[in-house]
Amino acid sequence: MRKKYTYTEKKDTRSGFGAGLLEAGKKNPEVVALCADLVGSLKMDAFIKEFPERFFQIGIAEANMIGIAAGLTIGGKIPFTGTFANFSTGRVYDQIRQSVAYSNKNVKICASHAGLTLGEDGATHQILEDIGLMKMLPGMTVINTCDYNQTKAATIAIAEYEGPVYLRFGRPVLPVFTPADQKFEIGKAWMVDEGTDVTIIATGHMVWKAIEAGEQLAEMGIQAEIINIHTIKPLDEEAILKSIRKTGCVVTAEEHNKFGGLGESVARLLSTELPSPQEFVAVNDSFGESGTPDQLMTKYGLDTINIVEAAQKVIKRK
Amino acid sequence: MKHTINELEDIASQVRRDIVRMVHGCQSGHPGGSLGCADFLTALYFEAMNHSTDFNMEGNGEDLFFLSNGHISPVWYSVLARSGYFDPSELVTFRKLNTRLQGHPTTHEHLPGIRIASGSLGQGLSVAIGAALAKKLNKDKSLIFALLGDGELQEGQNWEAIMFAPHNKVDNLIATIDYNGQQIDGPTEQVLSLENLQAKFEAFGWHVITSDGNDMDNIVKALHYAKSLTGKGRPILNLMSTQMGSGVDFMMGSHKWHGVAPNDEQLANALGQLNSTLQDY
Repeated sequence: MRKKYTYTEKKDTRSGFGAGLLEAGKKNPEVVALCADLVGSLKMDAFIKEFPERFFQIGIAEANMIGIAAGLTIGGKIPFTGTFANFSTGRVYDQIRQSVAYSNKNVKICASHAGLTLGEDGATHQILEDIGLMKMLPGMTVINTCDYNQTKAATIAIAEYEGPVYLRFGRPVLPVFTPADQKFEIGKAWMVDEGTDVTIIATGHMVWKAIEAGEQLAEMGIQAEIINIHTIKPLDEEAILKSIRKTGCVVTAEEHNKFGGLGESVARLLSTELPSPQEFVAVNDSFGESGTPDQLMTKYGLDTINIVEAAQKVIKRK
Repeated sequence: MKHTINELEDIASQVRRDIVRMVHGCQSGHPGGSLGCADFLTALYFEAMNHSTDFNMEGNGEDLFFLSNGHISPVWYSVLARSGYFDPSELVTFRKLNTRLQGHPTTHEHLPGIRIASGSLGQGLSVAIGAALAKKLNKDKSLIFALLGDGELQEGQNWEAIMFAPHNKVDNLIATIDYNGQQIDGPTEQVLSLENLQAKFEAFGWHVITSDGNDMDNIVKALHYAKSLTGKGRPILNLMSTQMGSGVDFMMGSHKWHGVAPNDEQLANALGQLNSTLQDY
C-alpha cells in the first residue's frame, strides 16, 4: 500500500529559508545574516526587521561577503550568507576554500535560485555545478532541500550544527508536502515511501517529481522505493545501501549536472560497496537557457516522465 | 611603553635571524617581505597590541591581528614564538612534513596565534572587517589589526572591502600596507601600478597615516597614533613604506629575494649582519 502525499498549498523553498532564518535568529543571538544586494529574493526581510543590528548589507561584493562571514565566526557569530547559488559558489570558490572550508569556519552559505528553475534569467544565473563544487571541499556539509517545510527545518538545524554548510534551495513555487513538524537531521535520509522493485533517490525540487513518478509506476505494477537525500554530504550510505540491497537498482534524480552531483556520489558508493545498475536523471553536461521553469525542466529531461522511464530502463538492467 | 626602542630593535634583529635561518633550513619560503616587516610585527606584538599568548580562537577582550599576505609567514611565526605563543624551537620545523608551521599560515594545524588561513591573496581585509564587526556586536572595545601586501592590492576583493569599511564605520580596524613597491615579477610600478595609494584610500573614506616601516621609533609612534584615531567613525590605514629584505644588505632593493632561499654562504653573510639577542632557536 503506497503512502499518499498531498498538499494544500504551494510555496517556494526560499521562503522556507526566510522563515527558518527568523526562527534561528530568535533561538540564538549569535546568528547573524549577510546579503549581497538580494534581500527580497532571499526572503531575509523578516530577519532584518526583527534584528537590524545583526544584519549586514554587503552590496554586490560576494567575495567580501564570504570573507566578512569568516571573520564574524572568530567573534563567535554564526553567519548566514545569502545570494543566488551561482554567486554563492562559483564566483567565490577560492574565498570559500581558504577562508571558510580550510579554516573550518562556522559559516552557513545559503544559496537560492539554484538550477534551471530560476527560469527566465538564463544560464548566466542557473548554476548546475554548485553541488559538485561544494561537495569537493573537505569538511563541507552540502544540503539541497525539497520544499518549504524542509528548507525551514534545515535552516534551523544548520544553525545548531558547528561547521561550514552549503544550503541549496530555489525560486519556484512548489507543493508543500513534507510534514511541518518533521525533524531535520543532517546526514539522515528520509524514507519517502517503501517499495521493492527500484530505488529512486531524489534531492531538492526533484523529490515531488519522484513521488509523482512512484504513483505512475505503481499503476504499472512497479513498486518504487523513494528516498529523499537532502544531505548530499555527508551521504547517508547506510540508508542507500540498505534500500538497493532490497531493490537491486537505482535511479538518482537531481536538478544539477550529471557530473559532480548526487548521482555521482551514489555511483561512487555503489561501485565500491554494492555494484548495481543506476540511471541518472540530471542535466546532461549542459548550461541552461531562458524559459519558464516548467519548460526548462521538460527540455532538459528533469520531468516526472523522465524518472518513470529511467526506472523502467534500470529495472531491465538488473 | 612596554619596551624601549632599543629593546624592540634587538627583538627585531633576532626575528630577522630567525627568518633567514627558517628559510635556509627548508630551502624555500619568502625572506624578502618577511625581513621588511620584521620591525612592524615586533612593534605590533611587543608594544602596540593588547593580547594574550594563552590562545583561544575568539580572542574576546584582546586585540587581534590578521596577516593577509600569508607568504611572509616566517616573520609572523618568529614573532609569535618570540612573544610566547609557542616554543621558538618549533621554528626549525617550518615548511617541513607534519609541521604546524605550514608554508602559509593556517588554522588547520592549530598553531596558537592564527585565526584564519591566508596565502591566496586578497582575502585578509574582508576577514579582518568581519572580526571587527563581531567585536562591535560583542561590545568588545579592543581592536583589529591587519597587514596587507602592496602588490596584493591588485586583487579586486580588497577594493570591495576598502569600500565596505568606511560605509559601515568600521572604526575599530587598523590596516597596514607593506608598501615595498616590489612583487614577484618585478617593481609594482612596472607590473601593475598602484598609483597614488594615499589618495585612493582617502577617496574611499579611510583615515590614512604614513609611516617608515623600518624605523622602529617611527613605527611605534605611528601605531600609537593610529590607535588614538580609532572609534571616530572611520577605518584607519597605515601606509607603511618598507624595504624588501631590510636588514640584510644583499637582499635589499630588489624583488629578487621575494621567494628565494639563501645558500650556506649567503646565510652566514646574512647572520653576520644581524645580532643574536634572544638566542637562536
